[in-house]
Amino acid sequence: MFAALGDKTRLALVRRLSDGQMHSIAQLTEGSRLTRQAITKHLRVLEGVGMVRSCRSGRESRFALNLQPIESVRSYLDLVSEQWDQALARLKDFVER
Amino acid sequence: MENRIEKKIELKAPLSRVWRALTDYREFGEWFRVKLDGPFVPGQVSSGHITWPGYEHLKWEAVVQEMEPEQYFAYTWHPYAVDPSVDYSTETPTLVEFRLEKTADGTLLTVTESGFEDVPSERRDEAFRKNEGGWAQQMKNIESYVAQNP
Repeated sequence: MFAALGDKTRLALVRRLSDGQMHSIAQLTEGSRLTRQAITKHLRVLEGVGMVRSCRSGRESRFALNLQPIESVRSYLDLVSEQWDQALARLKDFVER
Repeated sequence: MENRIEKKIELKAPLSRVWRALTDYREFGEWFRVKLDGPFVPGQVSSGHITWPGYEHLKWEAVVQEMEPEQYFAYTWHPYAVDPSVDYSTETPTLVEFRLEKTADGTLLTVTESGFEDVPSERRDEAFRKNEGGWAQQMKNIESYVAQNP
């Protein structure tokens, strides 16, 4: 997932999608120097890691952001981070005795 | 969002004292809360089990990567490997690195954990669910109990 986010275009797409709405490729390509094809490729990468979901509306696909993967990664990192805070506090007590 | 965790802590103890607390397997076990079967040896698996009350059935395992006396100690492991029915050996481990620097007051310890990009999504989702009150809260409870009952 980090690989998916570590790209300027994809980060920009995530930002645009963060309004919670469903967006068409045309809307997402607006104001961008990239082609429809390139934007679609990036959207598929995001879809591949579960951060974007698509649904067909008539003849076109529309895309929306799915925050659950980001939130679960953040929770996971927070958990591991907290465990380190606690372990290091114990280390401090242990060596400073 | 970073895919690594970095912690820095100033310890009022000499470098050699901190090094020993990190790399002597019995001392490590005391503050980390794990009982290890034997010494840390670069390139070898270090195993044991967690000594947190209520979690003593959990196996602990790490592969020691490098030990550069009084400067650098690193191992790879599977953080939060708390499900006895899962074979974590098929997952890419994360890397934990301890770096020590002498300071005027003692030692600056930097701990870095990296490699989270490869943690499978089920593991992350588990942590997300557990985060709501479970393990983390348990640890907080135990921590405050221990602080009040030294």
